Amino acid sequence: MNAITLRSRVCRIVAVIFGIFWTVISLLPFLFMGLNSFKEKFEMMTKGVFALPDGFYLENYKAVFQGNFFRFFFNSVVVLAVSLLILLFIAACASYPLSRFKFKLASPIYALIVACMSIPIHITLIPVFKMSKNMGIYDSIWALIGPYIATAIPISVFILTSFMREIPKEIEEAAQIDGCSRYATFFRVMLPLSKPGLATLAIYNGVNMWNEFSFAYTLTQSSANRTLPLAVWEFQGQYSMNMPMIMSVLTLTVIPMILLFIFAQDKLVKGMTAGAVKG
Amino acid sequence: MEKGVISLAARRKREIHTAAIMFLLPVAVLMAIYIFYPIIDTFITSFYKWNGISADKSMVGFRNWAKLIADQNFWTAFKNNIVVMVLSICIQIPIGLALATLIDFGGKRMTIFKVLWFIPLLMSSVAIGFLFTYALATNGGIFSAISQLFGRGNIDLLGNPNTALFTVIGVIAWQFTPFYMVYCMAAYSNISTDVYEAAIIDGANKGQYFRKIAFPLLTPSLKSAAILSMVGSLKYFDLVYVMTNGGPGTSTELMATYMYKQSFVKFNMGYGSAVAGGMFILITVVSLLTMKLLNRDRGRE
Repeated sequence: MNAITLRSRVCRIVAVIFGIFWTVISLLPFLFMGLNSFKEKFEMMTKGVFALPDGFYLENYKAVFQGNFFRFFFNSVVVLAVSLLILLFIAACASYPLSRFKFKLASPIYALIVACMSIPIHITLIPVFKMSKNMGIYDSIWALIGPYIATAIPISVFILTSFMREIPKEIEEAAQIDGCSRYATFFRVMLPLSKPGLATLAIYNGVNMWNEFSFAYTLTQSSANRTLPLAVWEFQGQYSMNMPMIMSVLTLTVIPMILLFIFAQDKLVKGMTAGAVKG
Repeated sequence: MEKGVISLAARRKREIHTAAIMFLLPVAVLMAIYIFYPIIDTFITSFYKWNGISADKSMVGFRNWAKLIADQNFWTAFKNNIVVMVLSICIQIPIGLALATLIDFGGKRMTIFKVLWFIPLLMSSVAIGFLFTYALATNGGIFSAISQLFGRGNIDLLGNPNTALFTVIGVIAWQFTPFYMVYCMAAYSNISTDVYEAAIIDGANKGQYFRKIAFPLLTPSLKSAAILSMVGSLKYFDLVYVMTNGGPGTSTELMATYMYKQSFVKFNMGYGSAVAGGMFILITVVSLLTMKLLNRDRGRE
């Protein structure tokens, strides 16, 4: 008996130590980022990185705001809003027949779309780059929307199709008996009933698009047309030796996500792991 | 009468087909333009020598592919991808499971830790890359600061070819462990509370409950987590590109960073396409093999 309580006590202590250890690991880089963003460049060098800042030194943040920061932010918001709206609508359109209609090609088409989930985007990079140049949209935020939507389609169709399969058939049948056409059924019944699934998808894809790097880096060039993940680049070029400045840019790029996390924690967590539904 | 029935069924079928085409059309068009056509085009480009800008584009047959097969750097990159893949699975999933277990067993008072442990996942890979470039820097980095605290010299983790890859893997683990934590928490919540209560009533302690009951029930979820991690690691790009750009030397080169550098830094679009094609083939083969292994397991159950 004694041996067992001893063992469980040891287990408990190990668990607590591990928990504390991981908390420190998770937060230390953020502490590093936050502390240094309030320091003056030389203050950081002379006093060391983990010293508390002398005061709230806000010049870094001021300089970031006076730079192109809002331009990047605005670009990100536009790309995100346009891509997400189109994506959700067309993914819902595609998921409806795949989940509800009985036709021979339904499962091969579904399999083909879902199989695209494991395609590395790098294989599309050169041709998409060429296409954007030919279409004359290279180096504009509009070049990003097509690739963002297309690469998000497979996972979105996968999630929405399984969501729509769960919607009771009776509701749809009732609508059809009442004289709704298939199109009306989709717009008036299926789309409103899919709202929770669409919300999850919006968060999942929204976070990914907000953070997307490869296409944004390849398809845009001038800083006026770049999105937020590339903002650091601009400041890195200007202030490469000024670490506190970079830290304040980084802090500012994370803040929208942290706010979202505070206000919609459960939804965000659920949305961000939506890609992990068992497949 | 008979004929009328048939034509009604046929009409219904045709109507279904038209509606299906209408609904699927937008997705089909976008995927054709941005996924299927590019894949074909990449393979076509891989047979040319082309710098991506000039009209001068010459057919070179299989020369790019022969070069790829003989290219030591590409295989180093592939090997690095495999190392990242194996270590990511071995580090992130067990720690994720451990954290989820602590939260699940700890109950309400662990809520705050759930929040704190999730935070790294909120940051974009690019931002993490930059943050850690500075946080791990030789001058003024976290480890150097700790080392100086003990009166030792600076530590250069990213500049040393022997430690760079493992440092990068560590940062990747820092970023994605919360994902597997949340994933395992979801798996835990699928185990009914009746099962837990029954085990406790039968006199099991928490350790026994975990080993004998929870873990076997979680195994299928852990398997799919491993697949997710695997596919993700083979495609990995942003963070490594920002943090080390594949260096020092080729010590942290991945297939994606190598492809990017060949195509958009050196402007060997033809060879870059061959690298992308090779990457596509390798990833497809590895994914298909794992799917097959998994399906075999499913068959056995």
